[in-house]
Amino acid sequence: MMAEAIRVVLSVVIVFTFVAVGVALFLVLMERKVSAWVQARIGPRHVGPYGTLQTLADLLKLLQKEHILPAGADRLMFGVAPVVVAVAALMSYVVLPWGPGVIVRDLGVGVLYFAAVLSLEVVGILTAGWASNNKYALLGGLRSAAQMVSYELPLGFSILTVAAIAGTLSTVRIVEAQPYPWYTYPSVLLAGLVFLVAATAESNRIPFDLPEAESELVAGYFSEYSPLRFALFQLGEYGSLFATSALFVTLFLGGWRGPFGIPFVGPVVDGLFWFLLKTYAVVFFFMWVRWTYPRFRIDQLLNVSWKLLLPLSLANLLLAGLLVAWSG
Amino acid sequence: MKGVPLDWAYVAAFALLGSLLAALPFAVVWLLAPRSSYSQKRLTYESGVIPFGDAWAQFHVRYYLYGLVFLLFDIEVIFIYPWTVVLRQLGPLAFVEMLIFIVVLAVGLAYAWRKGGLEWT
Repeated sequence: MMAEAIRVVLSVVIVFTFVAVGVALFLVLMERKVSAWVQARIGPRHVGPYGTLQTLADLLKLLQKEHILPAGADRLMFGVAPVVVAVAALMSYVVLPWGPGVIVRDLGVGVLYFAAVLSLEVVGILTAGWASNNKYALLGGLRSAAQMVSYELPLGFSILTVAAIAGTLSTVRIVEAQPYPWYTYPSVLLAGLVFLVAATAESNRIPFDLPEAESELVAGYFSEYSPLRFALFQLGEYGSLFATSALFVTLFLGGWRGPFGIPFVGPVVDGLFWFLLKTYAVVFFFMWVRWTYPRFRIDQLLNVSWKLLLPLSLANLLLAGLLVAWSG
Repeated sequence: MKGVPLDWAYVAAFALLGSLLAALPFAVVWLLAPRSSYSQKRLTYESGVIPFGDAWAQFHVRYYLYGLVFLLFDIEVIFIYPWTVVLRQLGPLAFVEMLIFIVVLAVGLAYAWRKGGLEWT
């Protein structure tokens, strides 16, 4: 009982530290470096070796800045919203399988839990937009809600497709079920593509970044947020970006398993190595897309979801079901 | 405590301790950050002009329409989750049942589409 309680607290602290340092701080730096490379610039380079301490310096600056509550804002909701976004991202890490046996808790309903928790973020974003008493923020929040709920469905259906093929919802057992039977490959491939597109939209990134379109909405739902609360939104945004990439790795890229099954150090270290390598590679892919493509118009964006991805992913789920039902 | 209750103890711990850890840096801000108050500073940002009216105004009904269609589908997705787990054991019968269910869903989508519920105008 006592040991379990210590494990609970330790896992929260470790995951939170990882999300703050290995995800938020590192990914912000990575984003700036990647964007610089894509645009043939150098990027941050003055703070620390090769600019590696830049985001840490930014964080220290944010900690010293005053909080401003906008006139007429809803005080309680304004304060709660960033915490909801950050904690929703954090909670999704419970079911991420880092390596064989390295998981906070292997929930039986793993992927369902993951989808449910990540969709809590919409609540935080909508609250933030509404509570700011700013027209840009409200519009950004509403757009974000419309977009995130639209893409949640194709995302959910592609998760379901994989779950049907693996025959389980637990993330650990989905990794163990791979490689999937060869005859399901078309279905898995299609689900993977739909997942990538929907995940880009879910994390409000270009080409789906309408909620924070700078040129029309200033900064969207977090226009009014000053230092630390802004940092919490960043934590939530990059936290969920990493978590979604990690789920993609879990569902489609074999999770912690390395290619050819060659052992190096030991199962746990190897597992962690491959899982992190693959996840950061997927994150890099999302960044690459972000700095390469222009932004969609909102009607195009919603059409892609409702009229293309949704029917496609529904049909794909049926195809997978057909294959599984008649093979097993 | 073990099994499923322990699962949710972990989830609850992540929610509660996570919020605590997320709120902790606010203490640092409270200690370090300067505070000064004058009313112009708190005005909301509206491209430089003094904001007029309230932001809590009416907004377009189309957001609500998308919300409604989403709600229908999202509830139906929940029914598919348990199906994926037992599909292999139950075989073709379970597939046919889900086929009927999803066809009904697809008819709903086609109806919303036809009625213009998915048009951004």
